[in-house]
Amino acid sequence: MTEQNTSAESLIRLSAAQLAEKLRAGEVTAVDVTRAHLDRIAQVDGGERGVNAFLHTNGEEALAVAAEVDAIRAAGGADAEALHYLAGVPIAVKDLIVTIGQPTTAGSKILEGWHSPYDATVVERLRAAKMPILGKTNLDEFAMGSSTEHSAYGPTRNPWDLDRIPGGSGGGSAAAVAAFEAPLALGTDTGGSIRQPGAVTGTVGVKPTYGSVSRYGAIAMASSLDQIGPVTRTVLDSALLHQVIGGHDPRDSTSLPEPLADLVAAAKTGNIEGLRIGIIKELHGEGYQAGVENRFNESLELLKEAGAEIVEVSCPNFQYALGAYYLIMPSEASSNLAKFDGVRYGLRVLPEEGPMTIERVMGATRAAGFGDEVKRRIILGTYALSAGYYDAYYGSAQKVRTLVQRDFEAAFEKADVLISPTAPTTAFRLGEKLDDPLAMYLNDVATIPANLAGVPGLSLPGGLADEDGLPVGIQLLAPAREDARLYRVGAVLESLLEAKWGGPLLAQAPDLAAAPALEAQEAK
Amino acid sequence: MSTDTILSFEEAMEKYDPVLGFEVHVELNTKTKMFSSAPNVFGDEPNTNVNEVDLGMPGVLPVVNRTAIESSIKIGLALNCKIAESCRFARKQYFYPDTPKNFQTSQYDEPIAYDGYLDIELEDGTVFRVEIERAHMEEDAGKLTHMGGATGRIQGADFSLVDYNRAGVPLVEIVTKPIEGAGSRAPELAKAYVAAVREIVKNLGVSDARMERGNVRCDANVSLRPHGRERFGIRSETKNVNSLRAVEHAVRYEIQRHAAVLDSGEPVIQETRHWHEDTRTTTSGRAKSDADDYRYFPEPDLVPVVASREWVEELRATLPEPPAERRKRLKADWGYSDLEFRDVVNAGVLDEIEETIAAGASASVARKWWMGEIVGRAKAADVDPGQLGVQPATIVELAKMVEDGKINNKMASQVLDGVLAGEGTPEEIVEERGLAVVSDDGPLLEAIDAALAAQPDVAEKIRGGKVQAIGAIVGGVMKATRGQADAGRVRELILEKLGVTA
Repeated sequence: MTEQNTSAESLIRLSAAQLAEKLRAGEVTAVDVTRAHLDRIAQVDGGERGVNAFLHTNGEEALAVAAEVDAIRAAGGADAEALHYLAGVPIAVKDLIVTIGQPTTAGSKILEGWHSPYDATVVERLRAAKMPILGKTNLDEFAMGSSTEHSAYGPTRNPWDLDRIPGGSGGGSAAAVAAFEAPLALGTDTGGSIRQPGAVTGTVGVKPTYGSVSRYGAIAMASSLDQIGPVTRTVLDSALLHQVIGGHDPRDSTSLPEPLADLVAAAKTGNIEGLRIGIIKELHGEGYQAGVENRFNESLELLKEAGAEIVEVSCPNFQYALGAYYLIMPSEASSNLAKFDGVRYGLRVLPEEGPMTIERVMGATRAAGFGDEVKRRIILGTYALSAGYYDAYYGSAQKVRTLVQRDFEAAFEKADVLISPTAPTTAFRLGEKLDDPLAMYLNDVATIPANLAGVPGLSLPGGLADEDGLPVGIQLLAPAREDARLYRVGAVLESLLEAKWGGPLLAQAPDLAAAPALEAQEAK
Repeated sequence: MSTDTILSFEEAMEKYDPVLGFEVHVELNTKTKMFSSAPNVFGDEPNTNVNEVDLGMPGVLPVVNRTAIESSIKIGLALNCKIAESCRFARKQYFYPDTPKNFQTSQYDEPIAYDGYLDIELEDGTVFRVEIERAHMEEDAGKLTHMGGATGRIQGADFSLVDYNRAGVPLVEIVTKPIEGAGSRAPELAKAYVAAVREIVKNLGVSDARMERGNVRCDANVSLRPHGRERFGIRSETKNVNSLRAVEHAVRYEIQRHAAVLDSGEPVIQETRHWHEDTRTTTSGRAKSDADDYRYFPEPDLVPVVASREWVEELRATLPEPPAERRKRLKADWGYSDLEFRDVVNAGVLDEIEETIAAGASASVARKWWMGEIVGRAKAADVDPGQLGVQPATIVELAKMVEDGKINNKMASQVLDGVLAGEGTPEEIVEERGLAVVSDDGPLLEAIDAALAAQPDVAEKIRGGKVQAIGAIVGGVMKATRGQADAGRVRELILEKLGVTA
């Protein structure tokens, strides 16, 4: 097996940090690494029972970037020295984030075939670091959903069980990373769209502090809640990726002015002695699956053994967070999505009969271009912002938001980091909650408070639920601008858990390449 | 076009008391747009001064233009407003293709400037105080051109073209409180108010302030109430009245129209009205009720604009002298009569005369040139006098030539035409055209002899003491010398020749 160290199969199993080290040591080439992932995508992503994590791939461009990195490294000298640590490590990008050279659909028919004339700031930063972009990942339409079933391009499947959802909205990014199609991915998190998919796919997902990563070029759902963040298999990889994409951007007025802390160093601290970790009373127990609760308690024990002080905190206003979220988010979304009208770009549908007025063209375009969940939220938001209802709905929701922020402030006086399960359940079956929006919304009950308050959150794998053998996510929350604490605690907990499991949790996931359906697919 | 009946203005005034209100939009002349780095330039090829932000592409975010905030604060200060320490933008939401995001980013309940006033000087010198409710920042929309119809309006058009160059241009909207008590001077006040706002923003240097380009646009609200009643009547809002004259006419027309409606016992409809310059009438636009729902909410992509008191005071210190005070000072300095000064102001050549005097001309010479020569030419060319491109130095040079007797006034006027035609400097033109006052008496005496010989009866009259008849002979000499003779000298020589003393 030793000579297989650089085989395609072993390359895709490596973390981004491991790949970066091998690339620097000259043990592998960026082209080999990129090609291995493109091959993996070709192997497991397509077909009737494929993962369907990717909406588009651009192998040619990714390989060209990889070849450029290899050439620079081969030439040596100052240019090779100046290469970013992650240069040549490939990445997948959620299809909500705009890219030159690849389509951006937001998972919607209304943007089918649209090519952005500009790169998102985070994409510019990936390019500057010379990280090959493998492709764009699937999502619930305009990031609205918790299962990726609301994609106009078909659902993504959970690599742990292809009949189950990979979470959402960023199911594509999480599944791509979980299925070893990419070592790294970008997601966006408005109410849990990075963390909840991370939880149900056994991967790591981080929603940075609001303003820590530029939103320029992320198609807005709810501007005051949206945040781009890393999707990876290890905590260190998330820190590395956060360090690439984070930091001030003059094109985003809500971007924080100060430089990023050294997140990678935080992930390497390896010590949580004396740190106070607060259990949020309201975010576990009733309504949480037993297996989720068990894995959560197990993590608490490990943290305690590692020297952390476990305290309990109460955030009484979190019970109103979901309600407030489902007013603020649709209100902002109804406004942000007004621009999709068929006038300047994207789909344009002409009314089948009657006068050809601009209002009717806009109406026909939006009727045909948006899916049901998007329409549901536009209608909710339009209603909530209407004259006469604004104070009762949007106004009250903003007050709740302030109360949630105060709950966090009080909790962070008692604890340095807060902890909860990331999602109340493990991955549910495809179709199970599709007709019950409220049940779907409840999936985000533990992740939403962080978005309302702008604080950072990290989800990491906490093991498999006893009853179904599916991954459980553990969520860590820190005060705004203290993202470093998440990486410090997360990395420690990760190493304790992996020691317990005897390796990464994903090593226990089924071997997709051996799936009979895929063999049949290949035979075609 | 309009089928509305109207009352005579006098009759309307007898019966009703007008209440006015104005929303004046001022386009700022910042280098870039309100929320993007695209250039803010008028008149370029359509859709060239746009970037992804102006087009409302997916994923874009706005960033507030700091210069636009400075300009807005300056306008607020010049209007004697309070400046908000912190204020936010909101989204005003409506679907229309000239608005790329289908919402306009505009200040709503938190304007940057509020509670001000402006003292308006009417033509007879009366001062009328107009209270300012607020001045807030917003972005302009794109420009729609409706094609295929006869009227250029959307009704009957086959399709519409949209130019987003103007989309995102920074605007300041200045809103007055209801203006009561203007009575029959309402139309005059309307014009004077808009003129004053235009003058202020021009003087501040924050806007090009050219109404014909839409840099300053006025929406005029008019309502009537019977004399003695406190409660306001129902108002109409006449949109985009874009010249000073039109503001006066539109207010007058709406007063007359409202009066006729009220006289007929019908209620006035609350609506927007379109102004038609050709017929000087308005027609019904869109019914507008207070229930128009723009679903305003705070713009989540922007952080509040914070104007520290230090910054506001710094800006206040940079404000130029207010136009009204400046006028008072200039009138005293120049020694013009009330009438002379008012004519100068109305002709719009105050700045030009000031510059000409600064370049070395006397106040009277500067006035004579601008009012006597240049204003007329500008009118003929249908441009502002300042736009003709006459340099103050040119006027000083021409005046000097006349004073030194090198050329006479008539020649100077011809030289000015040459300068405007681009033929060169006054000196070059004088030389090129061979213009010079003929001061050698020899040729003049020949011409005088010829003129006297041609009109012996006139010569006889002069000899007989009717000196006033000399004009005919002088005229003959001037004609013969193609105007190059010094008329004064010709007169002297004729009298000398005929042995008459004047």
